[in-house]
Amino acid sequence: MANLPDNLSYTKDHEWLRLTGDTAFVGITDFAQSSLGDIVYVELPKVGDSFELSDPFGSVESVKSVNELFIPVSGEVLEINEALADAPELVNNDPYRDGWMIKIKIVDSTELDSLLSAAEYEDFIKEQE
Amino acid sequence: MSENQLQRTALNDAHRRLGAKMIDFGGWDMPVTYAGTIDEHLAVRTAAGLFDVSHMGELEVRGPQALALVQHITTNDASKLQIGQAQYAGLTTPQGTFVDDLLVHKLSDEHYFLCVNASNTEKDFQWILANTEDFDAEVKNTSGQYTQIAIQGPRASEILQPFANVDLSAIKYYWFANGEVDGAPGIIARTGYTGEDGFELYIDPNASEQVWNKLLEAGKPLGLQPCGLAARNTLRLEAKMALYGNDIDDTTTVYEADLGWAVKLHKGDFIGRDALAQQKEQGLTRKLVGFEMVERGIGRDHYPIFIDGQQVSQVSSGSPAPFLKKNIGLAYLPLSHTAIGSQFHIDVRGKLVAAQVVATPFYKREK
Repeated sequence: MANLPDNLSYTKDHEWLRLTGDTAFVGITDFAQSSLGDIVYVELPKVGDSFELSDPFGSVESVKSVNELFIPVSGEVLEINEALADAPELVNNDPYRDGWMIKIKIVDSTELDSLLSAAEYEDFIKEQE
Repeated sequence: MSENQLQRTALNDAHRRLGAKMIDFGGWDMPVTYAGTIDEHLAVRTAAGLFDVSHMGELEVRGPQALALVQHITTNDASKLQIGQAQYAGLTTPQGTFVDDLLVHKLSDEHYFLCVNASNTEKDFQWILANTEDFDAEVKNTSGQYTQIAIQGPRASEILQPFANVDLSAIKYYWFANGEVDGAPGIIARTGYTGEDGFELYIDPNASEQVWNKLLEAGKPLGLQPCGLAARNTLRLEAKMALYGNDIDDTTTVYEADLGWAVKLHKGDFIGRDALAQQKEQGLTRKLVGFEMVERGIGRDHYPIFIDGQQVSQVSSGSPAPFLKKNIGLAYLPLSHTAIGSQFHIDVRGKLVAAQVVATPFYKREK
């Protein structure tokens, strides 16, 4: 079974958020990295870029495929994980910690209501299988 | 196509037990990866990999004029083959383009064994049938009679030898032996699609699971891994081996595909000879070349190629190269832009990214 920390929030695009105040770290879930296979390239936005909910903000490429990343909450990019440029495999090896992608400043906290809990996301991926 | 309509190889259960990720590959339920494509790719370059390639087709030509028929339909010179030897060839249209590419094995003076691409098997069979009437020879599609297992990599021979009843060191590259693998009779060919030393085994499907399991178990301590179709693709691409449907098809000639070494115009007439002779005389307007990305980005299959602001073609095969750790690919370019070092751009999802022509094969093993 996929590894799903309880302290994170999830989306149906297989992303996770670690919320702290009005900021959140964002990455892709263990289920997502496992489905994609070996990740060889992560394209991230620039610090300062702003996105509206569901905008594409980057992409993750495995040997076989390209998958777009969609912003899980509207906001401004505060930090990006620079380490992924040289070590994209961090997303496979440690999706919830070293494999984080961006840190975002949340502008509309009501958007958080539609995020999934670990249990809800687990049900969602079971339906997908 | 729903899953229960997919064709399955005799090793389907074995793949599932190994936890393979399965995909629909041209109507076949095939393993795309087991432990991860990069791991599998590197295992083949440094140790060995085991592949189920039973989806590949086998066609057999027999009769007093078997050689004449093979000569008529293929571009290479099968008269040069000795019994126990194999060669790569194009199966060509009158235009000199590919019906398919294949390996021709000479089993005897009156018996040739052709290994063809899975999705082309029936088309090739019908093509050859339609061209047999002038020859005292018959062609049969015997694909169902064989499981094809490839064991590839520098340690392939060492792993396979204890199970083979023939001396593998006596089989040279592109030669084969009729032998037994763990008691199962079949063809043991020193061929492959990875750029490494290795063997392709054509054996009885009933024995395939036992052979597969035993090779895996014996090879594990030596680094052998089961490998899926994704690694097979990246391995063949690093070795610049063409993939039918991507790099070659019935719109590309053998010369354009840079496979002129497999065309023997002086062997006598064959289907496509006139067109190829004419093209050789007049010169090419485009050619398949290898490229490497200069800027960050991966030029994948079908991405558009631009030279001086004009789209000229598209990537035929493009991928990260796990062993070389570069992003590489193949594409047809106008002849004027095929020199090594020529730069062009690939439209990577809306962004033009620089690439350049490089020498091929991208990867060549040390002999």
